[in-house]
Amino acid sequence: MNSTTLWLIGRRLGAAIVTLLIVSMVVFAITAVLPGDAAQQALGQFATPEQVAALRLKLGLDQPGVLRYLHWLMSLLTGDLGMSVSSATPVSELMGGRVPNTLMLATTTALVSVPVALVLGIGSAMARGGRIDNILSFVTLAMVAVPEFLVATLAVLIFAVNLGWLSSLSYASDISSPWAFMRTYALPVMTLCCVIVAQMARMTRAAVIDQLDSPYVEMARLKGVGPIRIVLRHALPNAIGPIANAIALSLSYLLGGVVIVETIFNYPGIASLMVDAVTNRDMALVQACTMLFCTAYLSLVLIADLCAILSNPRLRNQ
Amino acid sequence: MTELIRVEDLRVVACGERGEVEIVKGVSFALEQGQVLALIGESGSGKTTIALALLGYARRGCRLSGGVVRVGEHDMLAVSESQLQKLRGNRVSYIAQSAAAAFNPAKKLIDQVVEGALIHGLGSRVELEAKAVDLFRDLSLPNPESIGQRYPHQVSGGQLQRVMAAMALISDPLLVVLDEPTTALDVTTQIDVLRAFKRVVRERGATAVYVSHDLAVVAQMADRIVVLNDGQILEQSDTAPLLAAPAHDYTRSLLAAARPDATIRPPSGIAENTPLLTINGLTAGYGNKNAQGMPLIRVLEGIDLTVRRGQAIGVIGESGSGKSTLARVVAGLLTPALGGLTFDGQPLGGRLSERTPEQFRRIQMVFQNADTALNPMHSVGAIIGRPLKMYFGLKGAALRERTHELLDLVRLPHALAERRPSELSGGQKQRVNLARALAAKPDLILCDEVTSALDTVVGAAILELLRDLRQQLGVSYLFISHDISTVRALCDDIVVMYSGHKVQAGSRESFATPPFHPYTDLLIHSVPELRQGWLETCGATSGTLPPVGARAAVPELCTFLNLCPVRIDGVCNRIAPPRHSLDNGGEMLCHHDGAQLIKTQRGLVVETSGAYA
Repeated sequence: MNSTTLWLIGRRLGAAIVTLLIVSMVVFAITAVLPGDAAQQALGQFATPEQVAALRLKLGLDQPGVLRYLHWLMSLLTGDLGMSVSSATPVSELMGGRVPNTLMLATTTALVSVPVALVLGIGSAMARGGRIDNILSFVTLAMVAVPEFLVATLAVLIFAVNLGWLSSLSYASDISSPWAFMRTYALPVMTLCCVIVAQMARMTRAAVIDQLDSPYVEMARLKGVGPIRIVLRHALPNAIGPIANAIALSLSYLLGGVVIVETIFNYPGIASLMVDAVTNRDMALVQACTMLFCTAYLSLVLIADLCAILSNPRLRNQ
Repeated sequence: MTELIRVEDLRVVACGERGEVEIVKGVSFALEQGQVLALIGESGSGKTTIALALLGYARRGCRLSGGVVRVGEHDMLAVSESQLQKLRGNRVSYIAQSAAAAFNPAKKLIDQVVEGALIHGLGSRVELEAKAVDLFRDLSLPNPESIGQRYPHQVSGGQLQRVMAAMALISDPLLVVLDEPTTALDVTTQIDVLRAFKRVVRERGATAVYVSHDLAVVAQMADRIVVLNDGQILEQSDTAPLLAAPAHDYTRSLLAAARPDATIRPPSGIAENTPLLTINGLTAGYGNKNAQGMPLIRVLEGIDLTVRRGQAIGVIGESGSGKSTLARVVAGLLTPALGGLTFDGQPLGGRLSERTPEQFRRIQMVFQNADTALNPMHSVGAIIGRPLKMYFGLKGAALRERTHELLDLVRLPHALAERRPSELSGGQKQRVNLARALAAKPDLILCDEVTSALDTVVGAAILELLRDLRQQLGVSYLFISHDISTVRALCDDIVVMYSGHKVQAGSRESFATPPFHPYTDLLIHSVPELRQGWLETCGATSGTLPPVGARAAVPELCTFLNLCPVRIDGVCNRIAPPRHSLDNGGEMLCHHDGAQLIKTQRGLVVETSGAYA
C-alpha cells in the first residue's frame, strides 16, 4: 500500500461521488417532469385549483427547479429525506421499517449464493469439457433462462402447498429461533439464489478458465503442483477482479430489483415500497429510494474495483 | 556413463476437428547422464511437444498416444498422474520460453521458486529460500538476497529467465528441459543468460534437453543435436560433426538460413542520389505532454536520417531502442514533439490529418505480425483489393488482373485470392501483407521486424523476395530489425539506435570492420556464431567496466554509459558526447574517435571476422 495505490483508490472514490451527484440530478429532474404533481395527487381530483395552489405553496413546489434541487440535496445530506405526501409520515421512518428487511434478505441470499456460485464455477472450470461441466452448464443456463416468478411460484407450489414444509408468506417478523428463521427465509432466498447463482457461476467459470489456460498455470503443473492448489493458489488470485465484479453486479440486483419476489412472498422489503411510491406519485419517497439503490450499486461496484486493484500487485505496489 | 533418457517410438496426436492427427511420428533418441541434448527444428516440428513428453505432459488437445519415455528408472508415459506430480519439479524440471508469461503475476518470485520443492518435501522453507539465494548468486542475478521479494513485473526479461532457471534447479533435478529459453531476449541479454545457464548446468552436472530453432545458440550449449521436421527426426549426431558435415538437406538449409547475409546481398546501383525522405532533429515519445510540448517518456531524441530514392536503410537496436517508434512517426501514427519530416521535397505532416492522400499512398507499412495485421474475416483478394479500389478506383476485371499481378510479384498462386488468412502459413501471410503494401505502388515501405516472427528458412525467403522487389520496382525501404545479419542482407546503409539515440550510422561496408560505436561492437559480437566454443571466447564480455564517478547533471549524457567497456571517467559522465564523422563515411555519437576505437576493437575482429566475411 503506497501513495500510488491510495491515489488510485482516491480517484475511484471521487468518481463514485461525482457519479452519485449526477444521478441525484437525473433522479430529481425525472421525478420533476413526471405528469401530475404531489399536491394534485394528495388532494384528489375534486380539489379546487385554489386548494392545490395553496398546498403547492406549502410544499414549496412553486419555487424554481434549481432551488428545489439544491434544497433537496442539502436536506438529503443532513439526513432529512422529507415527508411522504401520501402517508404523511417522514420518508426516513417509512424506509427505516423496510431497509433492515431488505438487507436481511440480501445478506442471507449473498451468504448462501456466493459460496455456492464459487464452488460451482470453479468446479466446472476444473472439469472443463467433462460430464460434470456439461451438466453444470446446462443447469446454470436453464436457471438463467427461467423467469424468477416461475421459480417462486413453483417453489411455493411444491414446498408450501404440496409438501407443506414451509409457509408461502414471509412477513420477516418471526426470526426468534433458527427454525423460524429458516421457515421465513427459505423460499425467497432459494428463489433469489436460483437467479443469481447461475450468473455468478458462469462468470466465475469463464474467469478461472481464462487463467487456467495461461502459461504460468502450465508452468505450475510442470512444477508438480496439484490441481486444487493450482486453482486456489495460482488461478484464483488472478481471477479475483472479474469474479468480484460479477458478484457485485449480482448482489446489487438483490438490493433493488427483487420486487417480484417480494410481491409473491408478500415480503415487506424496499422494492415494493418504491413501487407503491411510484403509484402514489410520492416523489420524496421515490427520490429517496432511487438514491439508496444507486448508492448501494455504486458502493458494490467500488468494492469490486478495490478488490481488483488490491489483488493485482502491478497496481498495488509499483 | 549411464544412460538417463531413452525415448522410443514416441507418438503424440492432436485432436482436431477432422479427428486425430499425429504430430509426433515415432521419435527415438537417448541421452547419457551429464550431457546436453538439443532438439532443433522450426515451428510445428514437434520439438516442444517432445520436450513436454519428457515430463509426461501433453498440452490441451494433445495426447501421448504411444511409445516409451524413460527418464532414470521411470517410464513417464506409464506412471499415474499423481506419480507424475511427484516427479515434475522434482526429478525433472522445465524452463519455459517466455518467463514473463510463465511466472504468476500475483505471487512473489521467491514463493514461486521454492513452491515445487516445498510441495515435494525437499526441505524446509528457510532451507529452500537460502538455496534459492545461492542459485540467484550463481546465476549472476543482481541483489540475490532481495530479488526474490519482487513480483515478476518488477524484474527485467533476462533476469526473469535466470530466476526461472533457479526455479528449475532448486530441486537438483536429474533432467532439466529448456524450451527456447532465450528466444524472447535481446542478443546482448541472451549472451549473459546463456553463460549463466551453461555454467550452472556444468557445475551441477545436470542433464539437459535444450529446445531451440537457433543452431548457433545450440552449438554453444549442446553435446548432441537432434534435427526435427514435421514430427520426425531427420538427423541426429554429436554437435561438432553435425555442424561440420550435415548429412541431411534440411539441416543444410537451416545452416544456410541462420546467417542470411552470407547468401543474400543487397542489389547495387538501385539507389539514386535524390532524397526521398528526410528526417530532421526528430524527437518523439509517449505520455502526457508538458508545458514545452515534450512528452513524458521520450523515445526518440534528435534523430536525423535521409532515405534516398531506391535506397534501403536498416535500423537496428534492441527492444526499447525506439526503432519501431521511428517507423510509427514516419507512418504518421505518432505525432513528433520536435523536428520535421520531408517527403520528396514536400513537408510531411506529423499528424495523419495533415497528410495528402497521395502521401498516404506513397508511404506504406508492413507490420511484424501478419497474423494480427490481416483481417481474419477478409479473403486475401479483398485484403489486396482494398488499396487498389481506394487509390486507383479499380473494378471488375482490372481489379482481378492487378490482384493476380501482385500475387505473382510476391510469388503466391492466384488461387490463394479466395482463401482467408487463417488458411495460410506464416510465410504466405507475410507475403500477402507485403502484397497489400505493394498494391498502393508506394515509394517507401516501412518494414517493422517483418521476418522476426517467421522461421529462419521462411524468413530468409522473405528477405530474398524483398531484395528482388527492390531491384524490380526501385522501391525504398526503411527496414527495422533487431538482427544485424538480416539488415546486412538487405540494406545499403545501417543506422544503430540505442535508447532513442542514433549512435552510429554508415554504409553496409563500414559495419564490416572497426571502428564501431561501443554499443554496436557489443551488438555485433553478441550474435552467436555457428561454431562451438564461441560463447567462451567471444569478445562481448559483461566483465568489469572501467570505474566512473557520479553522473553530472547534464542532459544528453551518453545513454550507453552504464554498460560501456571503454568509458572515460571525467569525460563520459560529465560531457554530452559529440557526433563526429568517420573516415569510412559513417558517423558516430561517442567521445572516442575512430582511431582510438580501432585500437581497442581490432583484437576482437581478427578473431571473429570470418563469420561476417
